Amino acid sequence: MSAKEEKKNTIIENSLKLFSKNGFYNTTIPDIAKSMKMSVGNMYNYFKSKEELAKYAIKYSTNVLAKELKTINQMDINSKDKVYLFTRKYLESVKKAPEVIEYFLRVYLSNREVFQEGCEGFLCVSEFVTEVMILLDDGASNKEFRQQDFFPAFALIMGALGGFAFLSGEKVLEKDILEYSDAVAENIFRALKYEE
Amino acid sequence: MQLQKTSLEHLNTKSKKPKVLWLQAITCNGNTHSFLSANDNRMKLFLNSFDLIYHPSITTHTTIKEILNSKVDIDFLLVEGAITPQKEFFSISGYTPYEIFNKLVKKSKYIIAVGSCASYGGVHAKFEQNNQIKGLSDSLDSQNIYSLAHPVVNLTGCPVHPEWIFQTLFSLKDYGKISLDERGRPKEIYYGLAHHGCTRNEYFEWKIEGHFGKKEGCLFYEQGCRGPMTHSNCNKILWNDVSTKTRAGMPCIGCTEFDFPRDNMLETKKNIGIPAEVPLGISKRAYLSISGVAKTFKIDRLHKKLID
Ligand code: SF4
Ligand code: SF4
Repeated sequence: MSAKEEKKNTIIENSLKLFSKNGFYNTTIPDIAKSMKMSVGNMYNYFKSKEELAKYAIKYSTNVLAKELKTINQMDINSKDKVYLFTRKYLESVKKAPEVIEYFLRVYLSNREVFQEGCEGFLCVSEFVTEVMILLDDGASNKEFRQQDFFPAFALIMGALGGFAFLSGEKVLEKDILEYSDAVAENIFRALKYEE
Repeated sequence: MQLQKTSLEHLNTKSKKPKVLWLQAITCNGNTHSFLSANDNRMKLFLNSFDLIYHPSITTHTTIKEILNSKVDIDFLLVEGAITPQKEFFSISGYTPYEIFNKLVKKSKYIIAVGSCASYGGVHAKFEQNNQIKGLSDSLDSQNIYSLAHPVVNLTGCPVHPEWIFQTLFSLKDYGKISLDERGRPKEIYYGLAHHGCTRNEYFEWKIEGHFGKKEGCLFYEQGCRGPMTHSNCNKILWNDVSTKTRAGMPCIGCTEFDFPRDNMLETKKNIGIPAEVPLGISKRAYLSISGVAKTFKIDRLHKKLID
């Protein structure tokens, strides 16, 4: 990775924190620059606008998850174990870097107008969606998952995981989030499972 | 169309034109139909350049038995249909297809399988009561395998395009050999895919589904089109010089491939809505990520009817 790329990524990581805490509109480029101890002018060398930064941020954050799911997809284990592992990885990242998931839930999903151009549909989250497709496709072709339409299956996985991240963000969970991992995975797996 | 009248005397006099014999084994006659629907000029050129000494659907002066008992050499033995060694299922003039085929092979220079049944057994190989139905290469008597100068040429297709027969015959006549792919098909004819030249390519790119019989859309996503994984040049040379399945709104059913006919040919096999097979030469991960993105663009022009 070039020095410029690395710098870009640190800006994104910082802005993820601010965006997820204060929302897209309440966070300004000067805010981000300040948190980075950078001049506002210099910031514009990396990102032309706040919108552009927001789009990079969604790609960046979902690619982190995509990479983890890709590693799991390539493991020589059954689909049930993949669901369990992925759920654990996801919840671990909610715990470790809550801003990544929060950004997805609170900025990407609620400020669609920001992402309309250049992030239509799956354009900015395609690597992640592709890995979910591979997970589902492998499972169904091995008869571990039942046949169904893609979107209900996709929404089920993302809904369960996203919902849990939300509960964690709202600080309503009684136990540590990772203690729920197997139970969440079990729910997801049962909903996908192949039945004779 | 004037067909060559043949007789034993004629066969025995040395004709300069290479002799062609067309044998029908277990077949629906489809390749004969296709052959006889060839473009007029091409058929004339063929008949002027070759000597069609025998075809069971065309009146000739010679019977197959006479040929078997004569010393005549056959240049091109064309076989339509699958082969079985079992008399209870099929016989030709008292011989099993296996026997008659191997007798003729001994007299022939080149063997050409005309159609998917002759090539690999095709639809007949699916007949469960007879598990010994095979294509030509798998039906060659072991002695014959070594005596042949050229490997069996498989002209797959259901049916074969007449042009494929002509092109093969003329190439072999003029050059003596042709290069074949790993399935025994002439590379020159089968190097590309039915997908090449399909008028629906733009719809394929943007993942816009079409419907049977309609002009718009691609037939890959729902209707089972095998164009992107089927080796053939139909969409480049066209049928009857005018059309093809995919141009007319019928999915390619992969009739030139080894696994033809497959089950549920007019359906795209999917897992959780994702195509089980993706176009040749691309990994599933790459295909899914490209198609996921392509699907998100809505190009108005491509969602309209071509003719209002
Ligand atoms: S209809 Fe078939 S051959 Fe034509 S573009 Fe679609 S997949 Fe390719
Ligand atoms: S379009 Fe496909 S099914 Fe039709 S003739 Fe060509 S290869 Fe065969």
